[in-house]
Amino acid sequence: MNALPTPNDYSAYPDRAGRFGDYGGRYVPETLMPLVLQLEESYEAAKADPAFRAELASDLTHYAGRPSPLYFAQRLTEHFGGAKIYLKREELNHTGSHKINNCLGQILLARRMGKTRIIAETGAGQHGVATATVCARVGLPCVVYMGAVDVERQAPNVLRMNLLGAEVRPVTSGAATLKDAMNEALRDWVTNVHDTYYLIGSAAGPHPYPAMVRDFQAVIGEETRAQVLDAEGRLPDALVACVGGGSNAIGLFHNFLNDANVRLYGVEASGRGLDTGEHAAAINGGRPGVLHGNKTYLLQDREGQITEAHSISAGLDYPGIGPEHAFLHDVGRATYLSATDDEAIEAFQLLARLEGIIPALESAHALARLADVTRDVGKGGIVVVNLSGRGDKDLAAVAEHLARRA
Amino acid sequence: MAGAGRLQARFAALKAEGRAAFVAYIMAGDPDTETALEILSALPAAGADLIELGFPFSDPMAEGPPIQRSAQRALAAGMTLNGVLETVRRFRERDQTTPIVLMGYMNLLLTYGLVAFAADAAEVGVDGLIVVDCPPEEADPLADALDRTGVALIRLATPTSDDARLAVIARRTAGFIYYVSVAGVTGVKAVDTAGVGLAVERVRKAAGLPVAVGFGIRTPEQAAAVARVADAVVVGSALVDEIAAGLAANENVTSRVLETARRLAQAVRSVGQATVQA
Ligand SMILES: Cc1ncc(COP(=O)(O)O)c(C=O)c1O
Repeated sequence: MNALPTPNDYSAYPDRAGRFGDYGGRYVPETLMPLVLQLEESYEAAKADPAFRAELASDLTHYAGRPSPLYFAQRLTEHFGGAKIYLKREELNHTGSHKINNCLGQILLARRMGKTRIIAETGAGQHGVATATVCARVGLPCVVYMGAVDVERQAPNVLRMNLLGAEVRPVTSGAATLKDAMNEALRDWVTNVHDTYYLIGSAAGPHPYPAMVRDFQAVIGEETRAQVLDAEGRLPDALVACVGGGSNAIGLFHNFLNDANVRLYGVEASGRGLDTGEHAAAINGGRPGVLHGNKTYLLQDREGQITEAHSISAGLDYPGIGPEHAFLHDVGRATYLSATDDEAIEAFQLLARLEGIIPALESAHALARLADVTRDVGKGGIVVVNLSGRGDKDLAAVAEHLARRA
Repeated sequence: MAGAGRLQARFAALKAEGRAAFVAYIMAGDPDTETALEILSALPAAGADLIELGFPFSDPMAEGPPIQRSAQRALAAGMTLNGVLETVRRFRERDQTTPIVLMGYMNLLLTYGLVAFAADAAEVGVDGLIVVDCPPEEADPLADALDRTGVALIRLATPTSDDARLAVIARRTAGFIYYVSVAGVTGVKAVDTAGVGLAVERVRKAAGLPVAVGFGIRTPEQAAAVARVADAVVVGSALVDEIAAGLAANENVTSRVLETARRLAQAVRSVGQATVQA
C-alpha cells in the first residue's frame, strides 16, 4: 500500500474536508451534519483564542499535573541490552492516563459552545473516568456508554465514574465492547442534538474529532521533545505507542512527524494472534472502509460487515483506528506492529518487576515490542515509549488471565 | 421506465389522485430471504405505493432497537448485498411499476464498489438509494456513479437543517427528499404531527421535489395526520416490529406485516390533500 508520494509537511493534514489523504471525512447522518460543522467552526475559533489556550494550559498544569516526567528506565534498558529506553509517564496524570489531556480541552470547548450535557463512550473506562472527572469539576451531567463486557472487566473504573457523579449505561448490543458503546453514544447524540456535546475519547470519529483530539494530545510529544533534548541533547531515534483509536500515539508522534529520522511505531493489539481472527489489529488485519463517521482501516468481512475485535485490553478492543494513522501507514511514515494478549501480559509483569511501575494493559502492548525496537535501533540509540496509563484497573483481568494459563 | 423515472411517474399519478403515498420499509432478508420476498411482493396489493428496502449492516448508527434487531436477523439468516439485489430482481419479475428505494450504510457500497453497485442496482430495477451515513459532503463519488445509471440519490433533511443546509442537501438529488421528522434514531420518538406541515413546506420549497416524511410514524392516526401535509408517509419500525412479534408468538409473520401495512395504507388513503404541490 506504500505507493503514495511521501508528503514533506504533515502539518498540512487534515485538509478542509477533514481528510488525511483518502482517510477521515465526515460520514455521519444528516441530523448530525450541522453539529459537526458547528463544532469545527467553534474549535477553530477556540484554537485561535489566546484566552482559551491559556485556560487549557493552566488546567493541564494545576489540575492534571503536567508536564509528565520523561523517565530513563535503566533496568529495562539493561534487560533488553539495546537502545536507551525512556518512558513518557502519562500514567502519572490525574485520573491515571493520557485521556485527561483531551477531556480538559474538549470540556472547555463544550462550555464555550453553551452545551449543558456531556456524553462519552469508553472501553477501558479511562476515558469515561476522565470525562466524568472534568464534568464533575464544571458541574455538568455526564452519561458514559460502556460495553457490558467492559463494565465487567474494568469494574474499578465503573465505581470511579459513579463516584464522580456520572451515569454509566451498559451497552449489550453486538459484542458489548467499545464499538457498540460508540454506536450507542452516536445514537444518543442524534437524539439529543440541541443540548448535548459528544466528548469522543480517541483520535477517531468524524472530522474535526481526529484533528482536535490529536491537537489536545500533542502536548505529550511537545513535552517529550523538550525533555529528550534536555536529557540527551538530541532527538530520539524511535517513538513507540500502543494504538486503540490512536490518540496517545498521535499525541506522541505529532511533533515529530516532520523529523524524518525519528522512527514512529504504533502497536496494535493482536489478541489471540493475527492468524486466529481474534484480534483488534485494524491495520495489520483489516482494510479501508467507513465506520463511526470516518474512512479508515477496519476489521470487516468480505461483504463489509464490521467484525468483532478481540483484545484482553478493553481500551484496544476496537475494530478501527484513527484516520491519521491509516494515512501514516499508507505513506510509510509510521510502522504498525502488533502484540498479542500473552505478550502484553508478559510486558505488564516485566515493567512491574524491573521498574516498579504497573502499566495499563493498553500501554503494555507498546512495551511488548521494545525487545525488537531497541534491538533494531541498537546500542547508543534512544527510544521513547508512551506509558499511556497505569494498570490498577487491570489487576483483576491480569490475575484471571494468569490463573487460566497456570 | 426505471430509476428516477419510475419514482416521478408514481408521484405524478398520486398527485392526480390527490393523495399522499404510503411507503413501507422492510429489511431485505428479515426474517429470511424467502419470507422477506413474500412480504415485499405482497406489499403493493396491501397498499404500499413505494417500497423502501433496507440492506442490513452490522453497525446501523441511526437505527433504534427495532431496525437494529431486524438487521441482525437478516444477517444471521445470511443476507448479503448481492442477495438484496437478487431480491429486487425477483420482485421486478412481477411488478414493474412500484418504485423501490434501497436504504442502508456506506461501507457495504464501498466494499461492493460504487460504480459496479450503481450499474447492478439499475439493472435489477432499483429506483433510488438512501445512504444514511453519507452526507452531501461525502457523496460526490456515489452521485457520479449513480448519475450514469438513472438511479436517484435520495437525501435526508432533518429538524436540524436550516435553509442554508437545505440548499446543500437539494444539490445532486432526485426522486424525492426524505424528511426525518424527529431528531433521533428510527423507531423511538413520535412525530410531532402539528409541527411537521411547516417543515415539509420549507423542504419542498428548497428542493422542488416531493417530500416523504419518516422516523416516528407508527399508528394509522399519525400516518393520516402526516398524509395531510406530506407527499409520502414512511413507516418502518412498526412493520418490522410485526416480524419480531410474529416470530416470538410463532405466528405467520407475512400476514401480520401485511395486516399492519393495510391499516396504515387505508389511513393514508382516507385523507385528501389540500397542499400537495410538487
Ligand atoms: C491507558 C490507555 N492507553 C491507550 C488507550 C487506547 O486509546 P488511544 O489509542 O486513543 O490512545 C486507552 C483507551 O482506553 C487507555 O486507557
